[in-house]
Amino acid sequence: MTDAHRLTTPLTDDAVRALRAGDRVLLSGHVYTARDAAHKRMIAALDAGGVLPFDVRGQVIYYVGPSPTKPGDVIGSAGPTTAGRVDDYTVPLLARGLKGMIGKGTRSAAVRAGMVEYGAVYLVAVGGAAALIADRIKRVELIAYEDLGTEAIRRLEVEDFPLLVANDISGNDVYEQGKAAYKRTP
Amino acid sequence: MRTIDVAEIRDAVRRAVQTINIHTPEPVMIQLESILQLEPSPAGRQAMQDIVDNRRIASARQMPMCQDTGMAIIFVELGQDVHLVGGGLHDALTEGVRLGYEEGYLRKSIVAEPLFERVNTKDNTPPVIHVDLVPGEGLALTVAAKGFGAENMSWARVLTPAEGIEGVKREVVRCVEAAGSNACPPITVGVGVGGTLEMATLLAKKSLMREVGVRHPDPRYAALELELLDLVNATGIGPQGYGGVNTAADVRIEYYPTHIAGIPLAINLDCHLQRHTRIEL
Repeated sequence: MTDAHRLTTPLTDDAVRALRAGDRVLLSGHVYTARDAAHKRMIAALDAGGVLPFDVRGQVIYYVGPSPTKPGDVIGSAGPTTAGRVDDYTVPLLARGLKGMIGKGTRSAAVRAGMVEYGAVYLVAVGGAAALIADRIKRVELIAYEDLGTEAIRRLEVEDFPLLVANDISGNDVYEQGKAAYKRTP
Repeated sequence: MRTIDVAEIRDAVRRAVQTINIHTPEPVMIQLESILQLEPSPAGRQAMQDIVDNRRIASARQMPMCQDTGMAIIFVELGQDVHLVGGGLHDALTEGVRLGYEEGYLRKSIVAEPLFERVNTKDNTPPVIHVDLVPGEGLALTVAAKGFGAENMSWARVLTPAEGIEGVKREVVRCVEAAGSNACPPITVGVGVGGTLEMATLLAKKSLMREVGVRHPDPRYAALELELLDLVNATGIGPQGYGGVNTAADVRIEYYPTHIAGIPLAINLDCHLQRHTRIEL
């Protein structure tokens, strides 16, 4: 494997263009948390002619619902959730300039086409590696939808968040590539 | 006749839900480290390294391995010569889950009703409870925490007798292929076969409660477990779906007598966390 790209948010078009499916990334800066319920609200706000709770241009959304924070800690365990459940809400965010998404698992054809069209990447973290990831989160700030509890939108300050590029802007997919390389006839 | 206060059962559950979410039993650690050593795919190996490191961090920092701390499942093997005092068994099990999830800072992921309001119960109750009455004065609890990344990708159906063993192989591979990266591989594949539809599902779940490395006592089923493991690992999905030869850590089968007209089959996937423990009181 190649050395990891060290990236800092917000992501520029140049930074995104340099990423290829299968590359490792260590991400620092800010990411915004949102999962099913927060996405549903954001899209409902857009459909009603309203605005999003934060400007998505150049930003990265992390699909996560952390476990409760113990006293003295920054955050509870905070690993990625299945990205496919927010596929239906994603393309309108890409159209508004969202540059990166972090989750686990494959994306729909529509989201992959959206990444190619709008120049965004999908990064994956290891599902279940939630304590390891919590160690890389340095600060947490509530942004919106507090009533959603674990599903509220929060801004996380991260340092060297370990990721893999799953989908790049050329339409490559690490899941397809990896599977094809190791598939055998039993 | 033996008397057991349900408070003892409550406290066992309360401790167990925290232990299984935070700590890794030695045999599971050995299994995952061995996969890390043997996996040829660089991305798959990196995923395994993160999985192993994560378990050490979770244990050292006393925090859950995964933010999805699951729905609690409790299997009770209750000796018929045991007299329970101090309250209801189901209430004690539920209270144990409530206290354990609160004390352990575990995520509360349960909604009170599945279709309309989906309002969170805020204490991760109720657990799913299965009680078996057994001979004697023993009382054993198997406590599991099931995340829904893998549960969502599980299924059950009834095959015809003509579909037979080949049908089971086809369906297991199809289920694992459909789950892909979503079930958080390396997965454990639980296969329940026979009985009726709900019995097959229960058997699949029970197979996931086995200790690492235990094969089915019937050599034909033990051989089929290994054959299915090879078929599943030939898919190339690999750790986390990044590509590799370790899609599954294990495949386990449990069976029950069934009707002349069918083969009920359930396939229940478990993520790499394998959170369960058995306690004898």
